[in-house]
Amino acid sequence: MIKLEKVSKSFTNGKSAVHALHDVSLEVEAGQIFGVVGTSGAGKSTLIRCVNRLEVPESGRIWVDGEEISALETSALRKSRQKMGMIFQQFNLLSQRTSAENIAYPLEIAGIAKLERVARVKELLNLVGLEDKADAYPAQLSGGQKQRVGIARAIANHPKVLLSDEATSALDPATTDSILELLVDLNQKLGLTILLITHQMEVVKKVCDHVAILENGYLLESGAILDLISDPHSHLSKAFFPPIQEGLLDPQAIQAAITFLGEAADEPILASMVRNYDVDVNFLGGNIQQIGKRRVGQLQVELKGQQIPEALAFLLEKGLRVEVRE
Amino acid sequence: MNISEWLPRLWQASLTTIYMVGVSTLFTVILGLPLGVLLMLTDERGLAPRPTLNRVLGFVVNLARSLPFIILLVVLIPFTRALVGSSIGPTATIVPLTLAAVPFFARVVESSLREVPRGLIEASQSMGSSHWQTVSKVLIPESLPSLILGVALTLISLVGYSAMAGAVGGGGLGDLAIRYGYQRYETEVMLVTVVLLLVLVQGVQWLGDRLSAKVSKK
Ligand SMILES: Nc1ncnc2c1ncn2[C@@H]1O[C@H](COP(=O)(O)OP(=O)(O)O)[C@@H](O)[C@H]1O
Ligand SMILES: [Mg+2]
Repeated sequence: MIKLEKVSKSFTNGKSAVHALHDVSLEVEAGQIFGVVGTSGAGKSTLIRCVNRLEVPESGRIWVDGEEISALETSALRKSRQKMGMIFQQFNLLSQRTSAENIAYPLEIAGIAKLERVARVKELLNLVGLEDKADAYPAQLSGGQKQRVGIARAIANHPKVLLSDEATSALDPATTDSILELLVDLNQKLGLTILLITHQMEVVKKVCDHVAILENGYLLESGAILDLISDPHSHLSKAFFPPIQEGLLDPQAIQAAITFLGEAADEPILASMVRNYDVDVNFLGGNIQQIGKRRVGQLQVELKGQQIPEALAFLLEKGLRVEVRE
Repeated sequence: MNISEWLPRLWQASLTTIYMVGVSTLFTVILGLPLGVLLMLTDERGLAPRPTLNRVLGFVVNLARSLPFIILLVVLIPFTRALVGSSIGPTATIVPLTLAAVPFFARVVESSLREVPRGLIEASQSMGSSHWQTVSKVLIPESLPSLILGVALTLISLVGYSAMAGAVGGGGLGDLAIRYGYQRYETEVMLVTVVLLLVLVQGVQWLGDRLSAKVSKK
């Protein structure tokens, strides 16, 4: 649905140049909630702004829904922007328009007739739970309510793609959760593909199924969250399950990270492994995280004994993910 | 001269001033608003950067603003005559008044539009607006409270300019003050005229503030 191919972008501030993006390639499939995380200044906003060409990349190509955004004429670009919604950290609502009028804005731009507009605005206000705030001006709304208006405005023209630039970063944790729930809801109900930029790992954990990590303009890694976290070498896994620093207690032992999903955690798999194979397990640490609707756990263990390969194969067979650390 | 003699003149002069200032303000807005929008749009960091055009416009605007009004008044005489058929009288004065105020108002518009947060412009662009739509649906409505204050400011400068123009045959309150107050030493007339000008200026400012506050939803 969204594809970036070797996208680079730099800014010149007087004399010095900032490389905001270096050859970034990534692909977001239809229906995904794809997160891009990174610290402030990593290039996240630049990346998402390249997708609707608010920022023109220096090199590289970008497609959205099969259309090459990077090659469009101005008028065609406007048309395709009408089919991409965007929400912002600072909401960016028009202060002189009511909620209803703000939501009507993209419909006006798309040339929708007045009557149809009124009906659609009403529908959208319902969808985001703001029926009673139709005539309120942004100054009269809370942060969460403003972002709901922002979301309604962004999806007014039935876009396939929603771009979210730190949409919850200005909100308190409870409001953040309710906005994230709304996004997940829209993703499921409308099949909306969401590209979500954030500096908060928590946000990724709560809603994303895929993630990319950006650092100083470089894409460090990207992929399905479950794949990334079960790889103890990945940045994501290190962020979720910080590795135990201790060296090996026993030179003959090996260290491994065993990752299991909620269902597998209920079975006493490790107990049967110890019973059936000649291995000893020494627990170094463990942690369970809620990722989306799933519980994901990771145990860091030290294994010792004669049948380590067999024991590990047993775990794999049971659906656990095992990574041996050198 | 007694009251019954100059009161009607005072009334007449006030109406003339209001006419001159009102009509020039109207023309100033009609000409200055697009010019201000153009200055903002063509700026290097604007929506449609045209650095050369921007520099030329900026230069002309600054030039016109640096010219003292009294000189503009004289320089424009042939132009005014060609345009309205005469170079004296209230209607003729509207021409230099407007031309003096347009560059001023254009800068006021430019700075008001600049106050609109960049995020709003980007949100508008992200929804596929054309430049014209961003100007008419975002920039101008969002800066309306500030534009109203700008119009009031322009009106006030024009009251001052019109008094000056009055001195060289434009008519209105300035004319009255000079002719009676200065040339005939009728200090009361001068004083009353000054008070009237003051009331006019204060009234415009008060109205501008009220209207701006009423329009603002921030
Ligand atoms: N318009 C701009 N002009 C100059 N530098 C910019 C501009 N936009 C972003 N940058 C620089 O590019 C880098 C990446 O910025 P950004 O994409 O906003 O990061 P993030 O959203 O991850 O915090 C930063 O170093 C920032 O200073
Ligand atoms: Mg950012």
